[in-house]
Amino acid sequence: MEKAIKILTQNFGLEDSHTLEAYTKTGGYQAVRKVLGKIAPEGVIEEVKRSNLRGLGGAGFPTGMKWSFISKPSKKPVYLLINGDEGEPGTFKDRTIMTRDPHRLIEGVLLASYALGAHTAYIYVRGEFTFCMEALGKAIAEAKEAGYLGKNILKSGFDLDVYIHPGAGAYICGEETALIESLEGKPGRPRNKPPFPAVVGAFGCPTIVNNVETIAHVPQILLNGAEWFAKIGSDRNGGTRLFSVSGHVKKPGVYELPMGTPLREILYEHAGGIIGDSPLKGVIPGGSSAPILRPEEVDVGMDFDQLAKIGSMGGSGGIIAMAEGTCMVWALHNLARFYAHESCGQCSPCREGTGWAEKVLRRIEGGHGTASDIELLEKIAKGMMTRTICPLADACALPILSYLKKYRDEFEAHVREKRCPVRPKRAA
Amino acid sequence: MSPEVLAFSEEAQAELESILQAYPTKQACLLPVLHLVHREFGYISDPIAEAVAGLLEIPFAVAVEVLTFYTLFARRPQAKYVIQVCRGLSCALLGQEELLAYLKNRLKIKEGEMTPDGLFELKTVECLGGCGESPIVRINETYYELQTIDRLESTLKELSKGPKKGA
Ligand SMILES: Cc1cc2nc3c(=O)[nH]c(=O)nc-3n(C[C@H](O)[C@H](O)[C@H](O)COP(=O)(O)O)c2cc1C
Ligand code: FES
Repeated sequence: MEKAIKILTQNFGLEDSHTLEAYTKTGGYQAVRKVLGKIAPEGVIEEVKRSNLRGLGGAGFPTGMKWSFISKPSKKPVYLLINGDEGEPGTFKDRTIMTRDPHRLIEGVLLASYALGAHTAYIYVRGEFTFCMEALGKAIAEAKEAGYLGKNILKSGFDLDVYIHPGAGAYICGEETALIESLEGKPGRPRNKPPFPAVVGAFGCPTIVNNVETIAHVPQILLNGAEWFAKIGSDRNGGTRLFSVSGHVKKPGVYELPMGTPLREILYEHAGGIIGDSPLKGVIPGGSSAPILRPEEVDVGMDFDQLAKIGSMGGSGGIIAMAEGTCMVWALHNLARFYAHESCGQCSPCREGTGWAEKVLRRIEGGHGTASDIELLEKIAKGMMTRTICPLADACALPILSYLKKYRDEFEAHVREKRCPVRPKRAA
Repeated sequence: MSPEVLAFSEEAQAELESILQAYPTKQACLLPVLHLVHREFGYISDPIAEAVAGLLEIPFAVAVEVLTFYTLFARRPQAKYVIQVCRGLSCALLGQEELLAYLKNRLKIKEGEMTPDGLFELKTVECLGGCGESPIVRINETYYELQTIDRLESTLKELSKGPKKGA
């Protein structure tokens, strides 16, 4: 077997991988030495652009291009906000970076801040991840002590302070403008765009929001060059990404693999195949907001563009496998209930739509649905799309439409037989 | 407003100082300060919220709005152990419903309720970001991975043994 390419997880095997010592011994903070005060910020942005690094929080937006939206020189302070909210069901990868290699993230934050002209960065960590905040807090203190943070870093004249901001249990705060509201001490209600955060973001100042994993890639890109990174991935999708694999697989976990790796390989080689060697029934390829794939679709290459081409999305890289025997109405009800619970409530198509969808699905799953309920569900989902401030409504509607399209017979069987034909006995 | 409600430990006072210098506005300190007082007092009552609002020079109504928007802040005293069963899809696929049914039966309480001795409280929560080791149950701030009825039972036994107050 060819040696696997590891960028983000290369140190995970080390006992003390979270320490400054382990990180510097393995080339850590070398990119900072190479770049700070030696390569102009514009040069850094160009390099990141050419690397084809995509945003790994969900949307896959090209990172270098996002950075170029900050106009310079900025009269106001520029903020970098790192998204460690990790709330998308089926996603559990950013936590591994924050706990097992926090210095990789900190070095990335330093390089990104330098490129953007930011002197303050906040790492927003979901409230439940107290262990991540602890690990990051220690690493920030270590980095400060060693002169990688604070004033006049490595005598380059560049200053940077990094702070941890705790979330408090609200999925919507992962959306970038809600994240900004939450940072400002407000309820996490998404803002209308424009203005975009790069123009008016945190505290009324230009702000860039990037995911933890995205930023942790930056040191190696600048150390080894954009071409090296771009070549590892697939067309227009540079490098590797961390796939979180869960559900009915034998070996669930986080796997770092090149962009474009076939889903089949991830499921059957890396994750060991389906529990009990059962047939696969369906798989969510990019977190719960991604439209579902049928078993015959798993040869897709796992990058943003190839998944979009078959009507799904790369999203957060969270893969949830469901074996034969799973009720798809039940699974979809679980998701709809989640979105109904997490809607911030400010847009009525989202607030009402997610609530109705949840109720109709509960009815169908419980054997009390009618044929018109299936059409009603479809209508509700269509009515929710593209009418709201943020994409949470779409994140609920798109999966609904995909399940209805791909497993329609199962919805119809529930209505016809007036019971769940898949899991007849249910827990209380 | 009665800031004396906020009688902080020395450690908490130091943390408060560092929070205050981390942000350009006082309101931005609200979430970290709410976490701090939640840790100190175990919950955030109206008088505590009022004191926090006073400290950060924001209206009481704003503090309460934020407090209630987020799910991690309790408004009244909680049980010694708050059991949070993840109901996210990955956990549900691997037996979360059975775990929840077991807990309800074992503790003789419903979701959102507390045992009469104040030891346990039962809640369901959304995906905890630990789906690789589903099903997940979080008790207070600790994640318990790969849970089964047997594992849960031995954890409950362990926790029931401990001292009723403090540790
Ligand atoms: C409802 C919703 C929830 C989101 N949750 C997260 C999250 O938990 N973590 C994250 O990095 N991005 C999340 N995003 C995406 C962010 O809005 C944003 O695109 C991302 O943080 C940008 O960083 P990136 O370009 O590096 O991916 C979410 C988006 C939406 C609409
Ligand atoms: S579904 Fe339970 S931790 Fe994600």
